[in-house]
Amino acid sequence: MKGELTRFEPRRLAALIRKESVQILRDPSTLLIAFVLPMLLLAIFGFGISLDANSIRVGLVVQDDSAQATSLAQALRSSPFLDVEEDRTVPALRAKVVADDLRALVVIPQDFGASFDRGRPIPIQVAADGSQPNTANFVAAYVEGVYGSWAQQQGLVPRGAQVGVNTRFWWNPELKSRFFLIPGSIAIVMTMIGTLLTALVVAREWERGTLEAMMATPIGMGEFIASKLIPYFVLGLGSMALCTVLGVAVFGVPLRGSVLALLAISAAFLIPALGLGLFISAATKNQFMASQFALLSGFLPSFLLSGFIFEIGSMPKPIQMVTYLVPARYLIPSLQTVFVAGDSWGLFARDIGMMLLFGAIFFFLAFRATKRSLD
Amino acid sequence: MAAIPAGDPVARATGVVKRFGALTALDGVDIEILPGRITGLVGPDAAGKTTLIRILAGLMSANEGELRVLGGAPGEDLEDLGYMPQRFGLYEDLSVIQNLNLYADLRGLPTPDKRATFDRLLAFTDLASFEDRPAGKLSGGMKQKLGLACALVKTPRLLLLDEPGVGVDPISRRELWAMVKELTGEGIGVLWSTAYLDEAEKCDAVCLLNDGKLLYSGDPAGLTERMEGRVYLARSDQVDRRPLLRSLLDNDAVLDATIQGSTIRLLSAGGERPQIDGVSLTPVPPKLEDGFIEILGGGPKGTSALAEAYTTFERSGQPAIEAVGLTKRYGDFTAANQISFTARPGQIFGLLGPNGAGKSTTFKMLCGLATPTEGQCAVAGHDLKHSGAAARQSLGYMAQKFSLYGDLSVRQNLDFFAGAYGLAGGAARAAIDKVVDIFELGEKVKVNAGQLPLGYKQRLALACAVMHEPPVLFLDEPTSGVDPVMRREFWVHINGLVARGVCVLVTTHFMEEAEYCDDILLIYRSEQIATGSPDDLKRQAAEAAGLDDPTMEDAFIALIEASHIDTRNPRKAA
Repeated sequence: MKGELTRFEPRRLAALIRKESVQILRDPSTLLIAFVLPMLLLAIFGFGISLDANSIRVGLVVQDDSAQATSLAQALRSSPFLDVEEDRTVPALRAKVVADDLRALVVIPQDFGASFDRGRPIPIQVAADGSQPNTANFVAAYVEGVYGSWAQQQGLVPRGAQVGVNTRFWWNPELKSRFFLIPGSIAIVMTMIGTLLTALVVAREWERGTLEAMMATPIGMGEFIASKLIPYFVLGLGSMALCTVLGVAVFGVPLRGSVLALLAISAAFLIPALGLGLFISAATKNQFMASQFALLSGFLPSFLLSGFIFEIGSMPKPIQMVTYLVPARYLIPSLQTVFVAGDSWGLFARDIGMMLLFGAIFFFLAFRATKRSLD
Repeated sequence: MAAIPAGDPVARATGVVKRFGALTALDGVDIEILPGRITGLVGPDAAGKTTLIRILAGLMSANEGELRVLGGAPGEDLEDLGYMPQRFGLYEDLSVIQNLNLYADLRGLPTPDKRATFDRLLAFTDLASFEDRPAGKLSGGMKQKLGLACALVKTPRLLLLDEPGVGVDPISRRELWAMVKELTGEGIGVLWSTAYLDEAEKCDAVCLLNDGKLLYSGDPAGLTERMEGRVYLARSDQVDRRPLLRSLLDNDAVLDATIQGSTIRLLSAGGERPQIDGVSLTPVPPKLEDGFIEILGGGPKGTSALAEAYTTFERSGQPAIEAVGLTKRYGDFTAANQISFTARPGQIFGLLGPNGAGKSTTFKMLCGLATPTEGQCAVAGHDLKHSGAAARQSLGYMAQKFSLYGDLSVRQNLDFFAGAYGLAGGAARAAIDKVVDIFELGEKVKVNAGQLPLGYKQRLALACAVMHEPPVLFLDEPTSGVDPVMRREFWVHINGLVARGVCVLVTTHFMEEAEYCDDILLIYRSEQIATGSPDDLKRQAAEAAGLDDPTMEDAFIALIEASHIDTRNPRKAA
């Protein structure tokens, strides 16, 4: 229909936005997604999931009474990364490894001290629980590290004989994964609001027949789309703000960049998220289908292919190519930078540009699919 | 009939064709809507009513045909169009006043006029005291009125109402009609679509649709007049009304016959008065439905092949269905209160009441799908509480709406239901072959049930319910939406089964169908307000309201009004 998008009257738009806001406030599920879900996600990511390994529980069996053995055991005990439980024999502790109570077993063998005296030190034994490879690697590396520095201190190994790399991690020196997870959960929540919630509310209007009645009034479809866009845009930003405040105040995530940059990046991401939601609902016209498509095309890619949990660099090449089609892929690096590093407008401009490009594509599709017609 | 002289039509359509894939929903339909008139768009479900209304509202495009709505193409002038879709288009989370405000802004009602307009509409629709109630918490009738008010915030020139009378109790329906009638006085052209022929009779002009084709267009009296002198009430001293109905339908001199109280109303096949032995005929004025039936080619034959092949049950003294003080509460809401009745073998027992009155709840308790909070019920002598499985085995259930598996073929549905009712092997095959033959489903056995035409769906649903030949049949609004001939065909089967000693419990909102019942229980707002035969109820109503020869609907309304239940006050949402 001609003039469908240019037909515009502030009063009608205001009335529609007012209606939408009343519905948002009366609908508990909307508020649940916008404000309770972020808190839940942050709590889970902040407290529950952690990709770091701190104070891993290990068993220690010292089978030697020499001074060296006692000193190494002391060094292991005082490591901040290890939580040591000791026993004289292996079987008792092995049972605890099997029961998942301990992650690894360290054995300082008999004759350990004497072997140093002979100048041909025998190795200590580390048996880690391979069913959790990530943790097993951490344990092995930690024990090795403790052993290495202990041996140096004891002068058992000549200084300089062991060339080590002294690593420093910038911006997140302790490699706290929650620094990454909080920006990630902002992306998830905004996808939920922008894509899932928007797709659902528009599909609901098709299902309940309210849109049919709307289409028989003088509203333009542009006004209708704008009336869905604006309230959920505001809701998305509100939810982002909640995530940020909680992340900074409760979980101690730094916000090193500017609030302006954070706002610009989030706002840019909401455009493709909302556009996708509107497109899905107009194309499916039914809540069940809309939620399925929103999960498949919005939520899962944002979760799995954005670099939020799985690093894009370590994905197979074809999958890496696919990630370029996921708008959240451009959000996560910029958000992480804004939180942990600071403003870097060069990077932001590139990412914002990409997100707006996707937004434009989705909106074009959404406008084409939303017709004043029941055909 | 209309006091205002008819001007140029506010909408006119000629030769409208609309196809959905292979299906032709509208096949060359003409319609004209004049200002100040109510034009009835009449026909059974799937006749094409909604499609035509949507085309007129500019929500769908026609494949062929010329359309002129409010002086332009459909959808061009939306300022002067009022449209109420079947589901009202109300926002349930929004209050009454918020809904009105929204539509006022969308239709561009000048802000200073708002309050006065709202006050007028709220008074008109009797909703003034519910201004702040969410629309979702209103009763069906009130939603209907609010939907109408929303379509009227800015007085339109054309008002399109898609089945405003559906699912609303007869009182609200009459009120709604009176309101719309009043509007035509202001020169509004109204299109009122309905499946009720008695409603159509009151319109200034009607367009009768069936299967996408226009069967009649013009003054309803024109259609009725053609039947003048051909309609009689038949009475016989020797034969009971049901065998009489059967023999009349089988008589070639009779085009159509229906039960009306203790008499039979018949339409003669030719112009002259039929001569039937032992039957006295009294001429009565014709109705629109008679004209419709004539166009459709007359009623069915009177003999039911289903009943011929059915088991005969003994009419012992034991009741087939017995309910004692049935009560169902959901939280603090009482859905059914103290319902008690007895239905005997060989009897049709009708549960009547508007939507949401408690019919379905009562039904569910009787089939064992809901446990009564208080009271007992038994089917064919089996108490639902203690021997529910035995009780369910002795009943056949045909649910309201189409409840078969749409993705399975007709044959697969029959197989499934045969198995579900415990028929296996040869017995199942024999039962299936029998119903396929009786209901003429032979050509359709491989078709998916969801793709069947409505009439066939209904036949299939009945076939599934009677395959195991139960002594008790439960039919929940079995004929809603099907055309009058199909409805009669259905009742021929029911009459035949009853003659075999089957007890049939039926709900319906077609008042003329209530005439087929031996006994009726009237439920309103969860209460049982009257019991008796159709003639009893009419007599009770005549006494209560001082009516002379009331119709079933008149009786229904009078009895509700006499029941001292406050009809203004909506009950809590179910």
